[in-house]
Amino acid sequence: MQGLTQQVISGIATGGIFASLALALVLIYNAMGLVNFAQGEMAMLATFVAFTLIDHGMSYWIAFPLTLVIAFAGGILIQRIVIRPVERAPVLTMVIVTLGLATLVNGLAGFIFGYVPRSFPSPFSVQTVDILGAFVSYRDLGVIGVSAVVLLAIYLLLQRTTVGLTLRAAAHHPEASRLLGVRVSWMLALGWGLASAVGAVSGIMAAPILLLEPNMMQTIIIYAFAAAVLGGIESPLGAVVGGVIVGVTVNLAGTYLPFVGGDLQLAVALAIIVGVLVLKPNGLFGRPSVRRV
Amino acid sequence: MLQRIRNAPPRYWLVAVVILFFVGWPTVISSFQTSEWSQAIILAIAIMGLNILVGYSGQLSLGHGAFMALGAYTSAILAHRYKMDYIVTIPIAGLLTGIVGFLFGVPALRLSPLYLALATFALAVVTPSLIKRPDELTGGVQGISLAPPDPPQFASDTFSAVTGAPMTSDQWIYYVTLAFALVLFWLAWNLVRHRAGRAMRAIRDGEVAASASGINIAGYKTLAFGISALYAGIAGSLFGLATSFVSPDTFPVSLSIQILVGAVIGGLASIPGPLVGGIFAYFLPIESNQWVPTQTWIPSQIAATVVKAGPAVSYGVVLILIMIFAPNGIVGLVTTGYTRLRRRLRGAAEREAGQMPPDPQTIS
Amino acid sequence: MTQIGRRFAGIAAILFTLAACGGSTGTVAQTDVGVTSNSILLGNTIALSGAAAAYGTIANASNAYFTYINNTQGGVNGRKITYKILDDVYNPANTVPLTKQLVEQDQVFAMFGGLGTQAQTSVRDYLNTKKVPQLFVATGATTFMSDFASHPYTIGWQPPYQGESRIYAKDVLANHASAKIGVLYQNDDYGQDYLKGLTDGLGANASMIVDKQSYDVTAASVASQLSTLKGKGADTLFLFATPSFTIKALVTVTALHWEPTIYLNSVSNPQVYMGIAAKAGAALKNVTSVGYLKDPTDPQWASDAGMKLYKEVIANCTTCKVEDGFNIYGVAVAWTMVDVLKKAGTNMTRKNVMDIAGNQLNETNNPFLLPGVVVKTTSSDHFPITQEQVITWAGTGWTLKGSLIDERGTIK
Repeated sequence: MQGLTQQVISGIATGGIFASLALALVLIYNAMGLVNFAQGEMAMLATFVAFTLIDHGMSYWIAFPLTLVIAFAGGILIQRIVIRPVERAPVLTMVIVTLGLATLVNGLAGFIFGYVPRSFPSPFSVQTVDILGAFVSYRDLGVIGVSAVVLLAIYLLLQRTTVGLTLRAAAHHPEASRLLGVRVSWMLALGWGLASAVGAVSGIMAAPILLLEPNMMQTIIIYAFAAAVLGGIESPLGAVVGGVIVGVTVNLAGTYLPFVGGDLQLAVALAIIVGVLVLKPNGLFGRPSVRRV
Repeated sequence: MLQRIRNAPPRYWLVAVVILFFVGWPTVISSFQTSEWSQAIILAIAIMGLNILVGYSGQLSLGHGAFMALGAYTSAILAHRYKMDYIVTIPIAGLLTGIVGFLFGVPALRLSPLYLALATFALAVVTPSLIKRPDELTGGVQGISLAPPDPPQFASDTFSAVTGAPMTSDQWIYYVTLAFALVLFWLAWNLVRHRAGRAMRAIRDGEVAASASGINIAGYKTLAFGISALYAGIAGSLFGLATSFVSPDTFPVSLSIQILVGAVIGGLASIPGPLVGGIFAYFLPIESNQWVPTQTWIPSQIAATVVKAGPAVSYGVVLILIMIFAPNGIVGLVTTGYTRLRRRLRGAAEREAGQMPPDPQTIS
Repeated sequence: MTQIGRRFAGIAAILFTLAACGGSTGTVAQTDVGVTSNSILLGNTIALSGAAAAYGTIANASNAYFTYINNTQGGVNGRKITYKILDDVYNPANTVPLTKQLVEQDQVFAMFGGLGTQAQTSVRDYLNTKKVPQLFVATGATTFMSDFASHPYTIGWQPPYQGESRIYAKDVLANHASAKIGVLYQNDDYGQDYLKGLTDGLGANASMIVDKQSYDVTAASVASQLSTLKGKGADTLFLFATPSFTIKALVTVTALHWEPTIYLNSVSNPQVYMGIAAKAGAALKNVTSVGYLKDPTDPQWASDAGMKLYKEVIANCTTCKVEDGFNIYGVAVAWTMVDVLKKAGTNMTRKNVMDIAGNQLNETNNPFLLPGVVVKTTSSDHFPITQEQVITWAGTGWTLKGSLIDERGTIK
């Protein structure tokens, strides 16, 4: 029993990482109906920015917000330079561009920073708390807590502010928004900036646990895809719930299903993606979408 | 007959020249260079498969490396465990992969293009782990080593009659690869010109409209998936033959990206595109790594950067630039240039001036 | 053939400039391919970019030693060594064409120091068919030493993974006879080789292993496996993992309030990784490993002649970090390579060099290895290095414990 509790608790902890990256995916999807394949790599690069700042003697608490600002600006810059030329192109064109971006950013990070893993500081200690006989570190709890805060911030932004409303309107009804004087293209850029900043939070929270290196997010992004798809790719709440479910499922399947074992955890994520898409494409919290002609 | 040849449109002549070039090329270059060209042609076959899927039915797969792995392992297992002649296993591998692709196409129908891209990308990342598991069958991480085939007597004789040197195994593999490539490209060309091709393109350009005109959308889309996988399976099988070795790490996610890069470079929805794309996608990383440092006119700092950054950076840059500036790839650029040139020559430029240029986006 | 080649080369170059990668270099008539009166050409494929690029420095360090020999001694017997290193990105599908290029186009005398089990397996048959030496591959997979009879042109160098875990088995039996062992291993040849060595080494006591758990390199965390091992009551943990998973595992063990005796494999024990683990929050209590190379960060070698030489050599490589354990490996293996070439003397044929490397090595003075470690092969034994010494973590560095343990002859 204690073993089961520990598996669930550990799963929730890893799920927090998946959730935080999935939140960034959901933001881009809300802004332009696109899954950004480069989201994980952008988060990784932002974390390296934070690492460099801290390494040069900057305090963590200054480096953290500064990185978010840099990531926000970087996201906007990427949207302006790389995405804008193809934003009216079919979605597959944009997918290929983001995939190219992912490959490029990964290669660049490897080139600049090398592939030796690095430790990354965390504001949360590795001390653990005892929950029902299972242990979880403050660091893991921190990831989940921060994800919850980001979720709340996104919710407030999208639902309760004019910017959020405009953002959603620009994504869902670009022509009408344009007629109303909304600068749709800049709204998309704003969406990219926000997603990039959320991704940076995810990277900074995950790096102490995953160790910072260019491939840090390479497989995490797949788990994050699974989380976003499971939760319903439009729903921020769904991303967080999905992340936690994926984390727990992967652990339990690895422990209790002999044919999965420790080796095929990523295959479990693949199975979740395919299963959800085929059986319930809108996920747990998504609304049914209407296919546009 | 002569009359027909004389009246053949220029592109037929071009095709003949290209085929002659590929047949004669190994008699000019070294055995090693021939083996590199085999790899480029194999990549072109896989790209042709992806091209049929994307360019002619509007579905994107980022997991064609997984289909290549299936083809390669099918052949390797048949040849290694059941002592079959490797050449014989190639069509078997293709058919098996085609069937799997067809079955894969059924659930894929329910997926939007975006979701399909996502699911197939996940598949590409998981592929090496999936191969490791049934290690009784796949040899696990040890992989399967294959003996390179000896060229048959007739081929060796013909070859040495031309070049004066005996044919190497790599040169024989090249001709096997070329033969498969010719057949597969010819099939693809027929496919797109006839009913099925027109139907697929109609689906790509708008499913609702296609459905209204009585096209069986589900049928054609799954068919496209099956054919596409068949191409990838044969490419994978040839890939195993050319490298004489298959193992899980031979099929990383970067292979799927390489296929995508090739498809994009060559141009989606074109028949020559995959060939051009295969050659570029294969030689681009090799040359950026080896040719660039030897060039004195390139500043040594930049050359060192290119080498150290590895293929990932050049692939990424190429994907982005092509999608932005030349969504129809190199073949698209050439075709557009050629058309413009002809118009200009015919003095029709003014007449056409008022018309809208054709939409450069061909994928949806 | 080459004549026709030249005639068409011009046209070809215009048609496909991209493919025009240098013509064929002139072949050498005397001795064997790749050797002239004043040069020896060696080739290598290794990961210089991509996920495994951290290993790439090994080849650069080896090259630094060759540069040192060329500059201070004018090469080996008057022949300067050129070392051509190509990037295979750790993917066997790249290793094959690049190796063919080195052998057929660049005409190397031998391949030296190739890295990665799958990558080197992919070209082993090819190189043996061509009778091109595949010298001192950078992997401890047993097959590269034990299959010398069927692959007489291939030889490894570093201690086999199985031998290393047999040493752990001895240490456990001697010091923790009642241990309950839990194993976390990577699900590939590397992890499985280690596991086999441990099981064989424990022999009749193999039941001491209460549970073993594997992980895949795509895993996000190994917490699940470690909680299972802890739950099974293991009090001794074996980590047969790559550096980054070892660090994660060490941190997780601490977070689980678990204090087992830990054995971790030599691939993951460079001090830099231990430092990262400590910074990330791992307690690092009761950690044991083995070593056979001098540790550049260990102060006890500060005035050692071999270490001084290492520092002098590594200055020839601008990208190499002195404290990186991979670099002293690269220099040490290059030392053996030069030793073999010296022994070959005037008889610079591939056959003779392979014979020396595979059957006649007897190096007692490699200055970069721990004192007493011998690099040795005979006509019936093709495992060059089999001795290692147990080391324990002392908070800031490793402490050598006991004396060298030799596993020669135990692995077949």
